[in-house]
Amino acid sequence: MTVLGFTAVVAIVSFAAGLLGSLTGLGGGVVLVPLLTILFHVDIRYAIGASLVSVIATSSGAAAAYVKEGFSNIRIGMFLEIATTFGALLGAFLATRIPTSALAIIFGGVLLYSAYLSRKPRPLDQRNLPPDPLATKLRLNGSFPDLEGKRDYNVQHVPTGFTLMFGAGALSGLLGIGSGAVKVLAMDQAMRIPFKVSTTTSNFMIGVTAAASAGVYLSRGYVDPGLAMPVMLGVLGGSLVGTRILVKAETKSLRLVFSVVILVLGLQMLYKGFWGKI
Amino acid sequence: MSPLRVPARPPDPFQPQPWRDRRLELILGNLLRAGVLLSAAVVLAGACVYLARHAHEPANYRVFRGEPTDFRTIPGVIQSVMHGRGRGLIQLGLLLLIATPIARVSFSVVGFVIERDRLYVVFTLIVLAVLLFSLLGSGLGV
Repeated sequence: MTVLGFTAVVAIVSFAAGLLGSLTGLGGGVVLVPLLTILFHVDIRYAIGASLVSVIATSSGAAAAYVKEGFSNIRIGMFLEIATTFGALLGAFLATRIPTSALAIIFGGVLLYSAYLSRKPRPLDQRNLPPDPLATKLRLNGSFPDLEGKRDYNVQHVPTGFTLMFGAGALSGLLGIGSGAVKVLAMDQAMRIPFKVSTTTSNFMIGVTAAASAGVYLSRGYVDPGLAMPVMLGVLGGSLVGTRILVKAETKSLRLVFSVVILVLGLQMLYKGFWGKI
Repeated sequence: MSPLRVPARPPDPFQPQPWRDRRLELILGNLLRAGVLLSAAVVLAGACVYLARHAHEPANYRVFRGEPTDFRTIPGVIQSVMHGRGRGLIQLGLLLLIATPIARVSFSVVGFVIERDRLYVVFTLIVLAVLLFSLLGSGLGV
């Protein structure tokens, strides 16, 4: 394939991934690396470098829209970013040392878990939880506009959440993804942060986390301009269009399709990793 | 879910004033969007130059070679932009993209200083230190 053809096809696929990722709320980054490696036979290290860059673009691009809604909690974000940035740094250094087949296997596992998570019904927000002393000390509790007016929430299990977010950061740095799946574990299930707050806050955090590993990737020569260019522009365009048309679109069937895609890609990555075809 | 409602908490002197936080977040959100749009524009400009020159060459990313120093250090990128290279311009756009969240964290430091929130000034400085270490300590600045 010529450079022109390759650029065009990668841009279209990236646009579709960004669009579907933002419409379903599952994130486009997680499908990009497997698509690039399986469909386009791109070396997984180049694919991870390009995906990481696109993750920064979508996170920062969507932040302005999210902020206006008044859900995100800047203190929770900044506190947990300590964990995610250290994790991301560790992940990026590990990525340059472990074999590509191991990267593919870990990636396959994350994809399968994401597919499982996307089919599981979201647990209801628990209200009126007692304030946790550590969360109060760290001023993590907050409130957000709800249908009934202002709703207060108290953050729970801070050490568990912090530790899990370190893991989320490490996976992000290792695989060049946003790690939405681990974030659900940490912020929604452990810390009991209301869904709207956790989603918008984590979107804010993803860009900072990815920036912590992007420096390492760029200096190690993983970010190829010819590949990162169509990926970044495509994903960014797709996700911006996605947030525009996402008013109250029917996303149930779309989510099903997308989670099947994630499942198939996960199995492919595991196969490639175990049989050393990567 | 319990229908019982916990009585409203007494005002907490340590709770942040919401309007200040809101205003800070709005500024930060716009900053992020401006940074992304600027970097996308630079990448697009680089793409035009790159495609105009290399459109008909074969594309091959099967084998990992690693980028030449021109494309993986800040001085190298600046030098290749000076030479009018499209891929240098793309890398410059990507560097701007990486700098955007770093700028956001730097502005948050200022915001927390204004709010006199010492604990969060420290937290934000830690995050900023990790980001700068990643950018400069990994050999990107050389």
